Amino acid sequence: MAELVNLTIDGYQIQTAKNTTIFEAAKKININIPHLCYHENLSIYGACRICVVEVEGRPRLEPSCATIAENGMRVKTNTARVRRARRMIVELLLANHPEDCFTCESNQVCELRKLAYDLGIRSLRFEKGRKYHYKLDLSSPAIIRDPNKCILCSRCIRVCLEIQAVGAIEFVNRGSKTQVLTFFNKGLNNVECTNCGQCILACPTGALREKTIVDEVWEAISDPKKFVIVQTAPAVRSAIGEEFGMKPGALVTGKMAAALRRLGFSRIFDTQFTADLTIIEEAYELVERIKNKGILPMITSCSPGWIKYIEHFFPDCLEHLSTCKSPQQMFGAIAKTYYSQKTGIEPKNLYVVSIMPCTAKKFEAKRPEMRASGAQDVDAVLTTREIARMIKETGIDFCNLQDEDFDEPLGISTGAAVIFGATGGVMEAALRTAYEVVTGKTLERVEFEQVRGLEGIKKANIMLDGLELKVAVAHGLSNARILLEEIQNGTSPYHFIEVMACPGGCLGGGGQPMPTNFEIRAMRAASLYREDEDKPVRKSHENPAIKKLYEEFLEKPLSEKAHHLLHTTYTKRGRY
Amino acid sequence: MSIKKCRQEFEKIFKKYPDKTQALLPCLYVAQEKCGCLTEEIVSFLAQRLDLPKVEVYSVITFYSMFSFEKKGKFVIRICMSLPCYLRGSREILEAVVEEALCIKPNQSTEAKKFTIEPVSCLGLCDIAPAMMINKKIYGNLTPQKAREIIRRYKQEKDK
Amino acid sequence: MKIILKNIEKKGYLPDINSYMREGGYKALKNALHMKPEGILSEIKKSKLVGRGGAAFPTGLKWEFTYKTKDFPKYVVCNADEGEPGTFKDRLILEKDPHLLIEAMVICGFTIGAEEGFIYIRGEYFKGYEVLQKAIDEACRHNFLGRNILGSKFSFKISLYKGAGAYVCGEETALLDSLEGKKGQSRVKPPFPTFVGFNNKPTVLNNVETFANIPEIILKGGERFSRIGSSFSPGTKLYCLSGDINNPGIHEIPMNVSLQDLLERYGGGVRGSLKGVLPGGVSSGLLTPRDLDITMDYPGVQKAGSMLGSGAVIVINDKHCMVDLAEKCVEFFDYESCGKCTPCREGTKRAKEILINIAQGKGELGDIALLKELQEIMFDTSRCGLGQAALNAVRSALEKFYDEFEDHILRKKCKFGVCPIGKDI
Repeated sequence: MAELVNLTIDGYQIQTAKNTTIFEAAKKININIPHLCYHENLSIYGACRICVVEVEGRPRLEPSCATIAENGMRVKTNTARVRRARRMIVELLLANHPEDCFTCESNQVCELRKLAYDLGIRSLRFEKGRKYHYKLDLSSPAIIRDPNKCILCSRCIRVCLEIQAVGAIEFVNRGSKTQVLTFFNKGLNNVECTNCGQCILACPTGALREKTIVDEVWEAISDPKKFVIVQTAPAVRSAIGEEFGMKPGALVTGKMAAALRRLGFSRIFDTQFTADLTIIEEAYELVERIKNKGILPMITSCSPGWIKYIEHFFPDCLEHLSTCKSPQQMFGAIAKTYYSQKTGIEPKNLYVVSIMPCTAKKFEAKRPEMRASGAQDVDAVLTTREIARMIKETGIDFCNLQDEDFDEPLGISTGAAVIFGATGGVMEAALRTAYEVVTGKTLERVEFEQVRGLEGIKKANIMLDGLELKVAVAHGLSNARILLEEIQNGTSPYHFIEVMACPGGCLGGGGQPMPTNFEIRAMRAASLYREDEDKPVRKSHENPAIKKLYEEFLEKPLSEKAHHLLHTTYTKRGRY
Repeated sequence: MSIKKCRQEFEKIFKKYPDKTQALLPCLYVAQEKCGCLTEEIVSFLAQRLDLPKVEVYSVITFYSMFSFEKKGKFVIRICMSLPCYLRGSREILEAVVEEALCIKPNQSTEAKKFTIEPVSCLGLCDIAPAMMINKKIYGNLTPQKAREIIRRYKQEKDK
Repeated sequence: MKIILKNIEKKGYLPDINSYMREGGYKALKNALHMKPEGILSEIKKSKLVGRGGAAFPTGLKWEFTYKTKDFPKYVVCNADEGEPGTFKDRLILEKDPHLLIEAMVICGFTIGAEEGFIYIRGEYFKGYEVLQKAIDEACRHNFLGRNILGSKFSFKISLYKGAGAYVCGEETALLDSLEGKKGQSRVKPPFPTFVGFNNKPTVLNNVETFANIPEIILKGGERFSRIGSSFSPGTKLYCLSGDINNPGIHEIPMNVSLQDLLERYGGGVRGSLKGVLPGGVSSGLLTPRDLDITMDYPGVQKAGSMLGSGAVIVINDKHCMVDLAEKCVEFFDYESCGKCTPCREGTKRAKEILINIAQGKGELGDIALLKELQEIMFDTSRCGLGQAALNAVRSALEKFYDEFEDHILRKKCKFGVCPIGKDI
């Protein structure tokens, strides 16, 4: 049993494990000490000084996030001295912060704004009017950085380095001239940034946000010449409800379809349709690699943050990537060829919008490789947060909408596609298909529990008749890095690896509602698995609309046409 | 190109500090001395060799006031602006030097890169305040008049 | 009574090993190598030596903590990043008697069980760096450094590491980060460097002047050292006199000297008439002529509401405007703040802004209360000593020279004609 420590916080006796911080210990008596730089998933930084508390016998206030609880300690979290200090520190931050809350993207989620309100700051004593104006970093198609709103808490820096193993941003200069910048201020798009957007989720203010294209989408919708179709990623349906005050993980597939129709999209389709398609192509690719002694392990390729990561950090491992495009891009390619031919709508009049839990998808859509139809296959990518805002703009009463269905044929999907949104989902879906492709038998029990859950790296050995398939699943790029290093060292035992850039998989993506934390991720995942269970068809290759697509258009998996439309190549980007 | 000049010294430093990161500051000193200032090329090279994110090396450089990405003049005039020097008239010294050394503002270099004037927060020469350093040479107990004369001597060096 | 400057003040003394040995140098090391670590620790504890860098922590205790830690390797680090305006004492030792420092560090290494030491030296101390490097090479040749020192089983090496222009690196944990090749930003304490220091290993980190006392303590015994000067903080202190004083410079004096004596007897008197003294550099609070009879040891200065710090005694005469000087002090901290914690980064900036406003005649009476509150919060919540002490001088100026601030604010007047008030700006 772990050693225990007894201390008193605000008069309450608390027993806690050794090496617990005062901040964590205070949670036991339901005190969430006000804070800014503290973040549950990140290392301790101890710099904002808002979480300071009084510790008897210590001459100064101590940061509760960085002070380890000791036996016999007497802590007070709520004294006049503490309240006065916290107020002034927030005042100091506000003195350096633009006063544009009305027009700020983060208005509804800003922790600084909330803290200022909660601490009772009603006037600002320090001189107003900033003396400098930093340029915004607009280089990336996915993420905007506004250094003027940055409070230098380092949460973005830490998430980028610790969770994602990227390190695209750092503090530059010192003292009051400190800024968070990219290498030589080149801009996010010109450094190793993967566009994953985890920094946006971590940012307590409006200093980081997605590059929004809501207005372009509105314009397309109101353009009579344009036929605007929309696809929605699996992870969106289990999260968008949060934007409307519903509990985390509320499954709102039908309400979402209804809301999208009301917004004026001509057809409501589903990225899950092409998720099924991806699984078939990828399962066949895997089987072929195994049969023909191709390059193994094969790694999934549907997470665009992950793709950019491997291109930068492991450029010599690109051949391990499946050549399959992501479901979003397969959708764009199919929409502007197959669907266009079927409906007679010219590709140039077809405007494809995708709703993604992801900021990196904005980058992916703009990659030069993603023009199989001759033009950009996906015209606009909106995050979950952006589409929620569009719904709010129109006054649609989201919570009380009656469920509606997706349109046919690109709206039809299986349970295997739903779970794409959770870490391990692509693996599980691929296994359901690969099993039947390899063995020719029916898979009776479709659940592969070994690859589910929020553990950083999951490993499993799956028996496909006589063939033992070794698989691994990683989410969060620092976990992916571990598996990649094994490949580099020649010690990787796996045949097939699934990687998702974001912790939890797409449901924890950088475009999702805020907050996104561990519990919320788990709740979103649970609802995706529930939807899978409720689906009448749970294997991708049994999707009737996909079968028809092969019959009418693609011929067979990995056909020449499939290669042209559904597969892609990668770029060695490197780091230095 | 600038890497070539430093290569040998870098290798010596890498050997001396097996804990990679510790080699960073000494390498930066070498590079700055050999090349006049630090460059993107040097930063990239060191980041790769020391296994650090590029932006981290960039971050370290910008933290320290003695590292610079701009080529400085042949003579770097550091004028101490600390309180002890201030009490003894460093403001007037700075004014005199700025005026004499060719009408440039503090923290700028003359066009021909002969002088760079840097007001610094303390040189540790408080016993001979007000003081300044020109490159590694120390000048103390200055008066505006003395400071002008010193600068004049450096100016004339051009003609030699 | 000279301990630290005993060689330096001798005519013709050179910073080379022969001069040092002629004066009995490295005898302390020879003695120490025949002692048990516990014996050395006991002498140092008996001496009651406290750190001379500013924090005044008992040196013997510090060494003992590290000695007792079972984690290896251990390190000895010398803080030669002297950056406090008004301090220039370490430079003197580094340039004029480097072997004194080297000998002390070797003794420390032997005592705590370390095999490697670093001297972290200010980037601007070009000469000190050269002299030290030469001295280290000499010591290696004489086997005072290197493998199996003087035939013992003990090996020790010292490397020089150059700082790069950041005052905050004088703070011990910031120094350690910088020594590891990173930005110099303070770490969370505890754990203290004695347990988790350089490369997260146990580390004794002492100031140059602190080390310089060690050979004497070994040679003559801790008991004897403890009887020198003030009983509260025994030994001598290097006082750095600067500013409006007739003989600026360094004076080694037992710590029972009064401020009056320091200024008159050693400093040759004040230039002009005395207005105030910063006894511990710009991080300390102002003393006034009323404080002339205080004893210049750590508790004495503290009782007068200030701190001795590194002994940077800056003298200010009555020609100077306190609003102007307060602003100059804050300007220094604003420039040197590492920028990590909010109170220091934003607080120094706002304090500077407020003081500039007052100097320009744009101040309000409320500013004074705001500055005082800011000082209290910064003292209470800043991460390291830099921010905690940044407004000490301002606070004391506000309290002791209130009328000058009031003049600027209410009467829009600087009676010294220094501030830009009323001038075209």
